[in-house]
Amino acid sequence: MSVARSFGQFYPVASPLHALDPRAKILSTAVLLLGLFFVDSAAGLGLVAVAVVALVAVSRVPPLTFLRLLRPVAFIVALTVFFQVLFSREGETLFAWGILEIHEGGVRLGLFLGGRILLLVSAAALLTATTAPLALADGLEDLLSPLKKLRFPAHEVAMMMTIALRFIPTLYEESQKITKAQAARGADFAEGGPLSRIRTTIPILIPLTVGAFRRADELAEAMESRGYRGGEGRTRYRELRFRQRDAIALAATALVLAGAILL
Amino acid sequence: MPDPASISCEDLSYAYPGEAEPALSGVGFEVRAGEYVGVVGPNGGGKSTLLRLLNGLLAAGSGTVRIAGHDPTTEPFEVRQRVGMLFQNPENGLVAPFVEDDVAFGLENLGVPRGEMRARVRGAIEAVGLAGYERREPHTLSGGEKQRVALAGLLALEPEILLLDEPTSMLDAAGRREVLDRLRGLRREKTILHVTHHLEELLDADRILVMNGGELVADVYPAQLISDPDLLARNYLVLPPLLRLASGLGLEAKKPRTPEDLAREIQHRSPRRTEAR
Repeated sequence: MSVARSFGQFYPVASPLHALDPRAKILSTAVLLLGLFFVDSAAGLGLVAVAVVALVAVSRVPPLTFLRLLRPVAFIVALTVFFQVLFSREGETLFAWGILEIHEGGVRLGLFLGGRILLLVSAAALLTATTAPLALADGLEDLLSPLKKLRFPAHEVAMMMTIALRFIPTLYEESQKITKAQAARGADFAEGGPLSRIRTTIPILIPLTVGAFRRADELAEAMESRGYRGGEGRTRYRELRFRQRDAIALAATALVLAGAILL
Repeated sequence: MPDPASISCEDLSYAYPGEAEPALSGVGFEVRAGEYVGVVGPNGGGKSTLLRLLNGLLAAGSGTVRIAGHDPTTEPFEVRQRVGMLFQNPENGLVAPFVEDDVAFGLENLGVPRGEMRARVRGAIEAVGLAGYERREPHTLSGGEKQRVALAGLLALEPEILLLDEPTSMLDAAGRREVLDRLRGLRREKTILHVTHHLEELLDADRILVMNGGELVADVYPAQLISDPDLLARNYLVLPPLLRLASGLGLEAKKPRTPEDLAREIQHRSPRRTEAR
């Protein structure tokens, strides 16, 4: 279903990246996201960019589809570049018109920051595009489980993700049904300004929320009657296996990043 | 061997918090291992409340419940390993985004080792006739299929007892038939307590409990119930069309089971019966 795909952004094909253990991918992504903030040269950023482009190629996600995954952040990237270019007063003046001045340092900084955000988002998109949501939840539970000692509810977080994944399509279908029911009674969702559009969603949101609570209630009953008592003493149906290739992937990420930071 | 008394209740009462009228009062009965017992009665009669007391989703106000010797309030986990409960709306009982993961959910809760889990999940999915559906997402299934996935999730746990809370009430005719066929295959093997509004689903039950106003008003054989118009009327029970027609014609209500049976019976009684050619 297209709904599930647009939410999970998972692109189900067989590729070496898809086959990696989700934990290796989550860790690599986390390392990359943090490390990118220490990369301070254009050459370093370029190295990471080359690596990311290579990974997209390996992932067998069509480049155009991948770019579409990045669309939601295009605005933020554009805004960052725009502000840096407009308001930075460093370096040579490239262009001046009244109070408007564009400096060489601003352009450089703008492109650099924009590039960094783009890479951050690309890394995250690579993770979600190549990892099935359920595997993502399992991997996260495993990685967070040491935090259980600090009372961090790792199992509960993963269970919440699983249930959310299960019910997103169901609730979407329900919202469609409610929308049609309201439209049949004369509600108009297409017209009016943004404010009146928001107002028309209220008659959809209220029954949807009430319905979600009813579902939650029944789900809790069913889970309890099936012997659910939290993460304690639970086994898992899906197996995660951290193989050699996962270790290699992780090491390779760290290596590229170290190179990028040093450049 | 399981205890011969699979389910036993004594003087069971329960009132929902904040309600003056008890939802259940003084209910007592026993179900032996392997029995198939129906539960009928008007809405608000206490049927669903009874099932929830049996597996510990609700705790009895007074009286006792024993499931294979265990008390659901103090040993809910023991009881839930032995009791599978099928709910009205299968949509809201499925936890995982894929069929096989959902069927495995109960096994995961019990801490069953992974190797054994795989075999039991496969077996349960086959037992409800859904082999090949392992990777399907629940929202793409029909109502009958969803309810069968829910049933597979219960069967994987190999429960002794099945509690069915109107499992066919939200299904279309085809879905109902699918689910009932699977349930019929489980008779004798499991102890079954089946709450329903459809009397025809219970015609071959071992016994039928009639609940009304929170009380157990009758514990009878199906034949007794369908031939007692007074008992039926008092509890707002309606005979299935075939039996209604038979009794309207003044024929013995418990006999005909198929339209052909009824036709034969009518021919037989008809005063100007055509001679067989």
